Amino acid sequence: MNRLYFRKIKNFIFLGLISLSSLFIIIPLSILLVFLISKGLHGLTWSFITELPKPAGEMGGGIVHALLGTIWILSLASFISIPIGILGGVFLSEYGEGFLANTLRYSADLMTGVPSIVIGIFTYALIVIPMKSFSALAGAIALSLIMLPTIIRSTEEILKLTPKHIRKAALALGVPRWKVIFFIIVKGNISTLFTGIILAISRATGETAPLLFTAFGNMYLSSSWKEPMATLPVQIYNYAISPLENWQNQAWSGALLLIILILILNICARLISGRFDVGHGPKFIFMKLRKKWTSKSF
Amino acid sequence: MTYLSSTRFKLAPHKQDKICLWGLRLFAIVIIALIVGLLIALFHLAFPAFKELGFSFFKGTAWLPSEGIFGILPFVYGTFLTSFLAILIAGPISVASALFLSEICPKRLASFVNLFIEILASIPSIIFGLWGLFYLAPWMRDTASPFLKSHFGFLPFFEGTSFGVGLLTASLILALMIIPTITSICREIMKVVPCEQKEAALALGATRQEMLKLAVISPSFSGIMGALMLGLGRALGETMAVAMLIGNNPKISLSLFAPASTMASVIANEYSEAVSSLHTSALCAVAVVLFFISLLINVLARVIVWRFAPLSNRSRG
Amino acid sequence: MKAVLLFSFLALLNVSVAGEVTKINGAGATFPAPLYSKWFSDYQMKNKDVQINYQAIGSGGGIQQLLEQTVDFGASDTPMNEEQIKKAQWPVMHVPTVLGAVTIVVNGAPEGLKLDGDTLAKIFDGTIKKWDDAAILKLNSKLKLPSNEILVIHRADGSGTTAIFTEYLSVVSPTWKKNVGTGKTVNWPVGVGAKGNDGVTSMVQKTPMSIGYVELAYAESAKLSKVALKNKAGEFIIPSTDSISKAALKVDQKMNVIDQEGKGVYPISAFTFILIPENKKEGKLAMMRTFLKWALTEGQTSAAALYYAPLPKSLAKNFVNKL
Repeated sequence: MNRLYFRKIKNFIFLGLISLSSLFIIIPLSILLVFLISKGLHGLTWSFITELPKPAGEMGGGIVHALLGTIWILSLASFISIPIGILGGVFLSEYGEGFLANTLRYSADLMTGVPSIVIGIFTYALIVIPMKSFSALAGAIALSLIMLPTIIRSTEEILKLTPKHIRKAALALGVPRWKVIFFIIVKGNISTLFTGIILAISRATGETAPLLFTAFGNMYLSSSWKEPMATLPVQIYNYAISPLENWQNQAWSGALLLIILILILNICARLISGRFDVGHGPKFIFMKLRKKWTSKSF
Repeated sequence: MTYLSSTRFKLAPHKQDKICLWGLRLFAIVIIALIVGLLIALFHLAFPAFKELGFSFFKGTAWLPSEGIFGILPFVYGTFLTSFLAILIAGPISVASALFLSEICPKRLASFVNLFIEILASIPSIIFGLWGLFYLAPWMRDTASPFLKSHFGFLPFFEGTSFGVGLLTASLILALMIIPTITSICREIMKVVPCEQKEAALALGATRQEMLKLAVISPSFSGIMGALMLGLGRALGETMAVAMLIGNNPKISLSLFAPASTMASVIANEYSEAVSSLHTSALCAVAVVLFFISLLINVLARVIVWRFAPLSNRSRG
Repeated sequence: MKAVLLFSFLALLNVSVAGEVTKINGAGATFPAPLYSKWFSDYQMKNKDVQINYQAIGSGGGIQQLLEQTVDFGASDTPMNEEQIKKAQWPVMHVPTVLGAVTIVVNGAPEGLKLDGDTLAKIFDGTIKKWDDAAILKLNSKLKLPSNEILVIHRADGSGTTAIFTEYLSVVSPTWKKNVGTGKTVNWPVGVGAKGNDGVTSMVQKTPMSIGYVELAYAESAKLSKVALKNKAGEFIIPSTDSISKAALKVDQKMNVIDQEGKGVYPISAFTFILIPENKKEGKLAMMRTFLKWALTEGQTSAAALYYAPLPKSLAKNFVNKL
């Protein structure tokens, strides 16, 4: 009797504790979000998003140069890493056994563990110094090195989930293998692939460390890939550590803008894949593919 | 149907496939070369430091760029202390939350909490640093550290006054950043536990807590360890939030309120203005050491996690 | 689709930014950064075809990036040392642009707190730990000081401001010279490091009971309490445009004006320099030289409003001729 009571108490305490544990996640995050919104919202005006910064000490100004810089560098990085990443993922999923494939797989996993600052140093040494200039290109290359392994692995995982009978059916109809790969499998999965890519891009949006000494920073608008370019995270960092209250407020508004950008990307990704839960569900992807293939006519 | 026929090309289909295969192989080789090249370039940059400093680099506790003295120990200390503290704080919270979300929580509340974790996972490091600088550091300085000092001041860990920034603040923010990583992996692992085991435990009269301990935590234990190590790997490489909150003083000190420096933060702070080529090379050497440590932890973690999580439910490598 | 939209947007952007604009990139000291940002913006309004982009990453960074040739000009508060001069591909001209002062700022003590060099050195090396220490009270008999610990804030990056400050401390305190010494980075015995003059200012602003060293412009714009430092003549001087200019009445070849003799002189005054390659005179550097000539003549008038001191006229004329 005593022992049962003791077990019941232990049960109650344990369940109570783990139920409260989620509060430790929700409370700090809520404080962060409330702080961010309260400090950044009133500064997030149209002029903030469209104006260039003013010299130190003067009120007003905006971060349009950093916003456009982020979009520009991300696009450049995507153009570099998406083709290479998808082809790498295709190789791993289609010809995935063997020495080369395994090496590629392990190298990609290796890359995901490299701290982003190390990638920044690598890009500085290999691109900024020979080019004798900080540049948007160097920043884009650093970001693409960060996005590449994620795209490769997610492409491989998604393509591997294609049901085997589709592949066999196409091959049986006499389609050459390469066409099966690119026109049927990749094309069929394109929206899920896109989801993985957008998630990789949203991860790269917030990266600051590799951009510190590659894209460097610029007080003006720049659209040349050879010139230094301002980016949202680096600009937020510079404003955050400054003593001017105007700039500190702009750091908060910039941070809010950055979060909104990332949330937009994430929501796009979820909308495209049609799900709002975490992780890939093989059943759902299969059902989506089946719907696609039964509606197309060969 | 005609667009799929092969009569447009002069080559036979199997030859086309061979070209495609070799093309893909070429890309794979390019990617691998890129990654290997990164390693080689890093080593090449760091080599002068290794050659000139020798073992004093690994044993030294002083970092004086203007005099050419470079010892990596203060940074290794800072990195490991903050990361381990972060795991100590985040580990129990994450595992408990994963347990809560996968076993006890009602479905609608679960998706709400999941949403929170997703949002937490996508917040970039710089925003954590910004919030830490303006909210957490003053809170630490004005509220938390006097509390800790008055109750635990006798411990050497809580000596001295808190500036607000320092080891403890950096560890707290790191903990917040790695919670989503650990929680989501733990949830995936716990989902895999066969229902029969849980039902059997309950049928034999176990309380819910006992069932969780026997049927969920025990089999997932190595997976949980793997998740913790992955979180550790992420904490080791974290740069911006730590650089803003750690106080930037390359000294080893027992007090958690003291400022310190981590490998990543010293590279971020000093790289673009290294005073001599030996300084640059020493920073690259720090990068190499950081790279190897995080590589080791990541590989260990993946080996542990993959052995215990079946392929069909593994969503993130 | 996304790509097409993006490209068309950026093409439009290109059109609006187009025109024969020469972009010059520079990096370096945070010491003169507020004045430089005003100069670059004023100069651009007069000469729309030149855009000077300056990133304040510290004097150490300015020299390093100039040597790597990733920027067109550098800015530093201290001249290059021998190793750096040897590393340079060409001789580098150090053009003094303005005079500034390293101000000691405090949070928690009243304005005009009096300190002398020796006490200051003891605070920054941790010998004096509390605000109500006997040495500080001796200099400030009329003030009531709290008994809290002094929180020291210094620079984490390679800084010309640090070099100037530690040079002063080495001059006034042999103990400091022996234990810590001079340099853009030193082995600080105590304290927390912040990035840039603005980082130190913002930390002092946020941390009660703290002390730090920043350029005068930063102290003024953040409205921090300044310390009155004892100069060679025995007076306690608060830094101002006037007291800085008095320090530069006698300038030697090395352009070192720390702890000068004379009445009303602020002891930690210093020149700051822009570094350009001496032998290159075409293209971007020609435009840079034109800018420098403007800065050394018309630009000097905006110095005082931002709490810097203009160069002595003879020195300015000297360099205008050299450029």
